Amino acid sequence: MSHESTDVMIHFDGVLKKFGDTVVLDGLDFAVKPGEFVTLIGPSGSGKTTILRLLMTLEQVTDGQIWVGGECLSHMKRGDRMVPADDKHQRVVRKRIGMVFQQFNLFPNMKVLQNITEAPIRVLGLSRSEAEQRARDLLELVGLSEKVDEHPSRLSGGQQQRVAIARALAMQPDVLLLDEVTSALDPELVAGVLALLKDIASTTDITFLCVTHEMNFARDVSDRVLMFDGGQIVEDAPPDKLFTEPDHERTRTFLQAVLNRG
Amino acid sequence: MNWDWNYAWQVLPEIIGDGLLVTLQVTVFASLVAYALGLVLALLRRSPYAVVRWVVWGFIEFIRSTPLIVQVFFAFFVLPNIGLRFDPIPTGVITIGLHYACYTAEVYRAGIEAVPKGQWEAATALSLPRGRTWVAVILPQAIPRVLPALGNYSISLLKETPILLTIGVLDIVGAAYQEGSSAFRYVEPITIAGVLFLVLSYSASLLVRRLERRVARIH
Repeated sequence: MSHESTDVMIHFDGVLKKFGDTVVLDGLDFAVKPGEFVTLIGPSGSGKTTILRLLMTLEQVTDGQIWVGGECLSHMKRGDRMVPADDKHQRVVRKRIGMVFQQFNLFPNMKVLQNITEAPIRVLGLSRSEAEQRARDLLELVGLSEKVDEHPSRLSGGQQQRVAIARALAMQPDVLLLDEVTSALDPELVAGVLALLKDIASTTDITFLCVTHEMNFARDVSDRVLMFDGGQIVEDAPPDKLFTEPDHERTRTFLQAVLNRG
Repeated sequence: MNWDWNYAWQVLPEIIGDGLLVTLQVTVFASLVAYALGLVLALLRRSPYAVVRWVVWGFIEFIRSTPLIVQVFFAFFVLPNIGLRFDPIPTGVITIGLHYACYTAEVYRAGIEAVPKGQWEAATALSLPRGRTWVAVILPQAIPRVLPALGNYSISLLKETPILLTIGVLDIVGAAYQEGSSAFRYVEPITIAGVLFLVLSYSASLLVRRLERRVARIH
């Protein structure tokens, strides 16, 4: 596959990731098209979250390359050789990617508005008024216009996660990574956050890579579902197929375990 | 040994007039040096360059393992040999400040490590530059929680300032000693010096306790 191809947004090319001697991702290859919503499922420890963390440069590949929107994230050219990317290179490519975390990770020392405007002002170079306008629009989108001057500690988990989504969207990313974004929420707050994400996915052309245990959501919103086990993709199929008639026994037992638990 | 109230009332204003301001001055300025330099040392200990980390570590261990008075003598009697000559009070402020910076550095380190890892990750996910991450995200969370510990070090520091008597700084104890030696009667002036320190450090500890409660309310 050509890296310059315009119909590939994310490309993992033979990605190996080890923590010490433990192989977490074992020569992983996959690609995601622009605007696609891809969900990663599988047992814990199967490497799903590591994929998101590699894309966010919170971890570095042991071997192989990661490409985002035709640019290499993991490596850069020096002469005619590709060498591991330095901080500066990763910063440039990474700007196209946003992430929403399980624990929200809002900045508790800033009010809601500044949480959202900080990066657009400092990283994208927006003026304060432009950034604040964008933040207010996004707060309206996530239904929290009246919380603009609150501190995050005064918000519920669901509200904090909505602000975190607005904060990620304010950077106008091409790719949005969702790392178990409802796992830390009280059960009654989950549906609202998922509905918001579904709405965003259907009204924007952002490419989504989502790790979740919410199988109904995955089925509802995904274009494609990747089943992981032991650092490899076991099955790659549209949700209707994967959730009803999976090809692989491993997928079937995993889904049974998850659905019975729920 | 008896207590002479007339003599006590006579030397009290002298001791306060000559010494109190100097003690407060040295304490406040040395604390400011310790707060600022301690933060710098704590940040340098997280430098990406191993050499910097080792040098700072060695410096901190060296200062913490040698007596303050040796450092004061070194600064006042040895450094002039290489042309670095300061008056007693600036020498005292810098030396005590530097000594305590090696303790406050540890306080800051603990405060910085108490900031959850997710804060760093969120800053990375937003591509915030490193400097901005420190200034806008990490330090505003780390510093409030270490303020009480910094205050406690200022109280310890206050009680060590009389060491500067040895290089001729006339603080509370110095003034008391002077009064005592001119009248050959020490019990009143030295007791007064002790009581003044008690009043200063006790009121400072009340302030620190209030600060602790306030910090606890925020977190």
